[in-house]
Amino acid sequence: MSAMLSLAAVSAGYGSFRALFDVSLEVPQGEAVGVIGPNGAGKTTLMRVISGLVPLRGGAMMLDGRPIGGLPAHRIVELGIAHVPENRRLFPRLTVEDNLRIGAFIPQARARFAQQLGRIYDMFPRLKERRDQPAGTLSGGEQQMCAIGRALMSEPKLLLMDEPSAGLAPLVVEQVFDLVRRIRAEGLTVLIVEQNVQQVLDVVDRAYLLEAGSMKLSGTSSDLKGHEFIRKAYLGL
Amino acid sequence: MDIYLLEAIINGILLGGVLALLALGLNLIFGVIDVVWIAYTDLVMCGMYVVYWLYVGFGWPLLLACAAAIAGVAALGVLVHVLIIAPILGSAPINQLLATGGLLFFLQSFATLLFGTDFRNLGIRLPIIELGEIYISTARLLAFSIALIGASALYFFLKSTFIGTAIRAIAQDRDIIGLMGVDQRRIYLVTSAIGGALAGLASCLLVLQYDVHPFIGNTFGPLIFMICVLGGLGDMIGGFVAAFIISQIISIVGYYSNTELAYVLAFAFFIALMFVRPRGIFVR
Repeated sequence: MSAMLSLAAVSAGYGSFRALFDVSLEVPQGEAVGVIGPNGAGKTTLMRVISGLVPLRGGAMMLDGRPIGGLPAHRIVELGIAHVPENRRLFPRLTVEDNLRIGAFIPQARARFAQQLGRIYDMFPRLKERRDQPAGTLSGGEQQMCAIGRALMSEPKLLLMDEPSAGLAPLVVEQVFDLVRRIRAEGLTVLIVEQNVQQVLDVVDRAYLLEAGSMKLSGTSSDLKGHEFIRKAYLGL
Repeated sequence: MDIYLLEAIINGILLGGVLALLALGLNLIFGVIDVVWIAYTDLVMCGMYVVYWLYVGFGWPLLLACAAAIAGVAALGVLVHVLIIAPILGSAPINQLLATGGLLFFLQSFATLLFGTDFRNLGIRLPIIELGEIYISTARLLAFSIALIGASALYFFLKSTFIGTAIRAIAQDRDIIGLMGVDQRRIYLVTSAIGGALAGLASCLLVLQYDVHPFIGNTFGPLIFMICVLGGLGDMIGGFVAAFIISQIISIVGYYSNTELAYVLAFAFFIALMFVRPRGIFVR
């Protein structure tokens, strides 16, 4: 079976700086895949390349067998990839509801806006309570819910999550990972980038280790949990 | 209370409407695209000529001539963006100022070439409304009302449509707007068209009160920039309120002495406030 998203020998960078070297990755339909690695390994760049914010310098990207390399970001969203960016990046002075509204900007989602909004509010009752509040006034955890809700408003088939646990209190981190499980259970395919290795390996089916812009290891999450290098360097065991 | 002072205050409010409309347009462009259209009030001048030309020259009905001016200046706004702004979007702000400043001289010279420097008017004299001893110009009242309707329409557009939401969002985070499925270039085009349409609407309201000549833009240009900076550049509500403050100063001082001193005091007030609130009166 071919993967929903596949990257083959992708390279990318900023100016003369190369951030990704021949990165290959597959995300099968219905699975959750993690990318772990230290700060500065290129994880965020990888996500931004997939969603079209950073141009592809080499290699190929396919979504459901269709090349998506070089498409602008807004076209990628229309093809079914939603991206929850690092640090959430809500529009702070827009209300919670306006943030969700803009998540449904693409034509196919606009038509189903009211219905989707109801679904997101069922999923996150806190957001419904705070719908008229500027998003910048939410707590960190609520902002992450809002950012995830905003991405889900476009009804994606693939959800990219960049460090969803960053900067959150431990209890909230737990809630965020529970949420990832729920989203998976609904059949959505997820690609998640995390520094929180222990917890992400509990959530995903498979994971990749990205170091200094190259894929160093990959395997099922149980393989990686047992892998000596991962245990030493990332799990502190 | 002095009845003539009351009349001056009412006139100040009425003047504020059109200034507020222009401030909205300029702030919208600045907030969304992050450029200042120095030639903004010269687009108004172009619109006034369109109305004049179609109404006087071709005998079009006034409403139709006004509709054509709004559409024409909206199209001009798009052209300004595509031909002048878009190619230099990434370059230093000073280049954008110079480019739109160059447009100002181009438009003024082009209008001089086409129409000469004569002062022209539509030859329409709207009646004066008498309220007791207070006299109010119908043209001003009409301009004020339509400017408010235009501003409200813009408010509801920005507040309740998907494109309006994208326009408000883009000013807050340009980098990730693409992740929302929003094509930034398209939003810039729509914004430029709206900015142009607001200038076009203002031109219809002003051509009923003022003679048109190639340099009419200079009458309002500095005033509008002062209002926008006073309210906080890019802050649409701040600019809207600042328009009424400035127009009130001009009108009341103009009543007690003369218009020239009124402008001097308005600018002095502006400079003084910039020391206290450099980022606009409503921004601490």
